[in-house]
Amino acid sequence: MDTTFEVEDRGLQYVGASRIEGPLVVVERIRDVGYDEVVEILDAAGHPRLGRVLDVSGNQAVIQVLEGTTGLSNKTLHTRFLGESFRVPVSRQMLGRVFDGLGRPADGGSPPLSADRRDVNGMPINPYARRYPREFIQTGLSAIDGMNALVRGQKLPVFSGNGLPHDRVSAQIIRQACLLEEEVKFSIVFAAMGVKHDVAEFFIRNLRDSGALSRAIMFFSLADAPSVERLLTPRVALTMAEYLAFDCGQHVLVLLTDMTNYCESLREVGTARGEIPGRKGYPGYLYSDLASIYERAGRIEGSPGSITQMAILTMPADDISHPVPDLTGYITEGQIVLDRDLFQRGIYPPIAGLPSLSRLMKDGVGKGYTRDDHPILASQLFACYAYVKRVRGLADVIGEGELSSLDRQYLEFGEAFETRFLKQDEYENRSIETTLNLGWDVLSTLPRDELHRVSDALLEKYYHESEGTPVHEAPPQGSVSG
Amino acid sequence: MTVTGTMESAATRISGPIVTASGMYAAQMYEVVQVGSLGLVGEVVRLVGDYATIQVYEDTTMLKPGAPVRCTGVPLSVWLGPGLVGNIYDGIQRPLPGIQASSGAWIRRGEKVDPLDTERRWTFEPLVRSGEVVTAGQAIGQVAETPLVNHLIMVPPDVSGTIQSIVDKGDYRLIDRLAVVETTMGMRDLTMVQQWPVRVPRPIRERLRITEPLITGQRIIDTFFPIGKGGAAAIPGGFGTGKTITQHQLAKWSNADIVVFIGCGERGNEMTEVLREFPELKDPRSGRPLMERTILIANTSNMPVAAREVSIYTGITLAEYYRDMGLSVAVFADSTSRWAEALRELAARLEEMPAEEGFPASLPTRLAQFYERGGTVTTLGGTQASVSIVGAVSPPGGDFSEPVTQHTRRFVRCFWALDTELANARHYPSIHWLHSYSEYVEDVGPWWKKEAPDWVDLRTEALTLLQREERLQQIVKLVGPDVLPDGQRLVLFIAEIMKDGFLAQSSFDENDMYCTPERQVALLRIILTLYHRGRDLIEGGVPLARIRSLGCVPQILRAKSAFSNTELEKLTELAQRITEETEALAKEFTKEAT
Ligand SMILES: Nc1ncnc2c1ncn2[C@@H]1O[C@H](COP(=O)(O)OP(=O)(O)OP(=O)(O)O)[C@@H](O)[C@H]1O
Ligand SMILES: [Mg+2]
Repeated sequence: MDTTFEVEDRGLQYVGASRIEGPLVVVERIRDVGYDEVVEILDAAGHPRLGRVLDVSGNQAVIQVLEGTTGLSNKTLHTRFLGESFRVPVSRQMLGRVFDGLGRPADGGSPPLSADRRDVNGMPINPYARRYPREFIQTGLSAIDGMNALVRGQKLPVFSGNGLPHDRVSAQIIRQACLLEEEVKFSIVFAAMGVKHDVAEFFIRNLRDSGALSRAIMFFSLADAPSVERLLTPRVALTMAEYLAFDCGQHVLVLLTDMTNYCESLREVGTARGEIPGRKGYPGYLYSDLASIYERAGRIEGSPGSITQMAILTMPADDISHPVPDLTGYITEGQIVLDRDLFQRGIYPPIAGLPSLSRLMKDGVGKGYTRDDHPILASQLFACYAYVKRVRGLADVIGEGELSSLDRQYLEFGEAFETRFLKQDEYENRSIETTLNLGWDVLSTLPRDELHRVSDALLEKYYHESEGTPVHEAPPQGSVSG
Repeated sequence: MTVTGTMESAATRISGPIVTASGMYAAQMYEVVQVGSLGLVGEVVRLVGDYATIQVYEDTTMLKPGAPVRCTGVPLSVWLGPGLVGNIYDGIQRPLPGIQASSGAWIRRGEKVDPLDTERRWTFEPLVRSGEVVTAGQAIGQVAETPLVNHLIMVPPDVSGTIQSIVDKGDYRLIDRLAVVETTMGMRDLTMVQQWPVRVPRPIRERLRITEPLITGQRIIDTFFPIGKGGAAAIPGGFGTGKTITQHQLAKWSNADIVVFIGCGERGNEMTEVLREFPELKDPRSGRPLMERTILIANTSNMPVAAREVSIYTGITLAEYYRDMGLSVAVFADSTSRWAEALRELAARLEEMPAEEGFPASLPTRLAQFYERGGTVTTLGGTQASVSIVGAVSPPGGDFSEPVTQHTRRFVRCFWALDTELANARHYPSIHWLHSYSEYVEDVGPWWKKEAPDWVDLRTEALTLLQREERLQQIVKLVGPDVLPDGQRLVLFIAEIMKDGFLAQSSFDENDMYCTPERQVALLRIILTLYHRGRDLIEGGVPLARIRSLGCVPQILRAKSAFSNTELEKLTELAQRITEETEALAKEFTKEAT
């Protein structure tokens, strides 16, 4: 049917729609409507729902309803175009509070009073104006600090799977993250997309227990909220984060969970628009869309603040080549991968040794940052652990007994690495010194000649024959180690 | 830029970066238009009746039907002249420092900044006199753009005639008239700056065969899978396998005269890293800062997608311009997959029929056109010059069977396949020695022969050894290494040394990041010497275990980082040591035998 319109005291209002499908509403005979403009749609009972314009031509607008189309009817819905793109208020007073996925109070408090309202899409940071991130953040977790170190201003996601302890790991990181020299605490911006209430509660409890609640702002679009709303939640959260970081000069840690849910909402809208689907039905622009979220991290010239981003996502069927983790990995500066096998063997945090990577680590560790031996130690641990994986594969085939003595030593090293270096208590906060020394302890279970990547000078300083390790005199038989 | 066009041209539909406008009967394909009151820059990509479809290079939020659309009458073009080197541009050649000066840390829409500084004065030195006949591409003068780049001011490709007048040596601005040429079409003023449409290749006199390698200082590339000057290479790999780092390494150490690095749909911080690092790093040949020969194009992943599509053309056009001066230019595009995805996204918005995996059917043609703009040529000016192209490819899930990797393969002759397993094991560069290839080996063989007569033999022997190792590993996986005779286990042992001591090369190690051709050959020779000696020893009854525990083995493994490029004598000493130790071992066993 055609749209008619009536002028109200609150502006032009259109009545009726020509089509409603999935999250989309098509309104005809519109005038003066902008692309991406915010829309308020009133249902028959007069309750408003927010939406935005996805496509506009001479007399027709395609509107994405963020709060779902349930109960809307072609005849009765009213549409008002609000004359601007989606904006949210930002202010320091919002710290310590809880909001819904579109930035409206969800804690019973009053809406934030601020004249400063910002477009949630933000603007691209000029690469020329970026400052390269390089301050090491100590998370107190050896697997991260020692081998995949995080720096301030980095975007480092957690790739997890259903039932794996990504929430506990990220809560521990939030609790413990600190810089070596400064006493500055992170402000925390938390965005939950499509997760259950108990997850939200878990994080609130954790923040409260560690006294961080007053430094945190939370945006919840939980599992029972309309799924399309989630498309705005990370953007609302990042708009707030940018304000805190670059206007107020704070160091902000942004936690986004769960990006897989976000991507599913995007897929839903794409399907409803009849777009040509890409891999696994996700839209072809998923990469660009995710980049518009993940790239909102870092540091800029002229501001002391920073945004460090940790996005959690669950890999469907633990498949790292699934489009969501795959495209995320192509955008972020590394990834922390949780491993089901380690977890089942009782190792917490179950951070996978090989697929995890921090790309900015090279610029934030070593001499002048952590300790001179840090980069080489990490590189040698990776190399040896990679060899352990090969030996384990071989042992599965020919049996452990048939391995050379050197290969058996590698197995012992692997065991030590996992149970002493990786494994730690949920409330154990290790200093970087402790982590590095522990790294040398486990490396020292291997013969000195095996540590090719370490220079003689460093070996002299840090390698120590650990007691109980067979001293390696006779050259090994039949090993192919490298 | 002059703005013409009719009053009644106006937007009728806005869908993301795609805008339809009516009243566009005078518009031409690929003409630049300005949309809306902010004058957002766009390009006409389709004409139907008096409707034009426009792809807009900036965010279209709150653009409304009815917004004015102005035609400029010119296709999307770049400015070519002194001041390009050392600069960083977005995809449509807006200088990012200029944008920062006017809009701060964030890129606001509708920013208009000239690509080159029109006020700055450059010292121009004429190379021709009035009365002389000049032809297209000929240099009429030169400007020292940076201590590394002697910038030739050339007659534009569509001009030739007699010099009527030319200025004396002195300081001039880009737009000052330097010379007047009398052509058959009348008088033409020449300045320091030319404009050229990015989608049109700049003309050349003829294409030449490739004869010289682009030396990159990366062992696995130069020794195993060399790229020729004027060649094209693809570097495909899943996320985190090392495409960007490898390209950065090449941009730093290649013996090209000019480097154009195009960050196409990738991370902002990676461009920042180049900006921060290159001015500090010294070119190993001239000792000058690398930034003095580098041009950056940055269309990061969060910048508008249409500008990502065009950034590739912007970059290659700048490269061709420097090639025309007789220079050897290397272009790095990271990542061509993001460019292809931009094509796909725009095609979908244009409701074109998709071919494979949603990509437009024109994908292979577009890729071919891009890689064809590289090559070794005789320029219009008559000198030999080249554009080499290295394109990163980011296949979804790291699976090389997807369209962009597959089609790219058809148009490049050098394929550096990155391997996720190697990257996970922190073996960098993770270029897989068995899955990669270079068709330039024959072309550059003669060059290497002069450098090292045994290059071809060393290379062949090393690759054969690695292939044998692969086959033996299949057996080892089933039954363990113990069943193999020592002769075969020696192959496994030497292959490990080859991987750790030669193929793996750290970008972060002072001594290792750049390896001169001489040192590459010396290292490889050392490893193969150990192999040959080891073979003899094993034939003489020496157990492999004794060879493994020779004192020289850890030294060989550390040689790449223990010594610098200028300490070749240390490698000679090491070779000597191998000889001594193996000879001693041989003696010991002949004694035992007697
Ligand atoms: N030659 C090298 N030496 C040392 N480290 C390397 C080398 N190559 C790669 N790396 C390591 O691998 C990481 C990832 O490399 P890089 O950023 O180049 O990957 P990429 O293939 O470009 O990934 P993406 O497709 O996600 O952009 C680097 O941060 C670095 O830690
Ligand atoms: Mg990269």
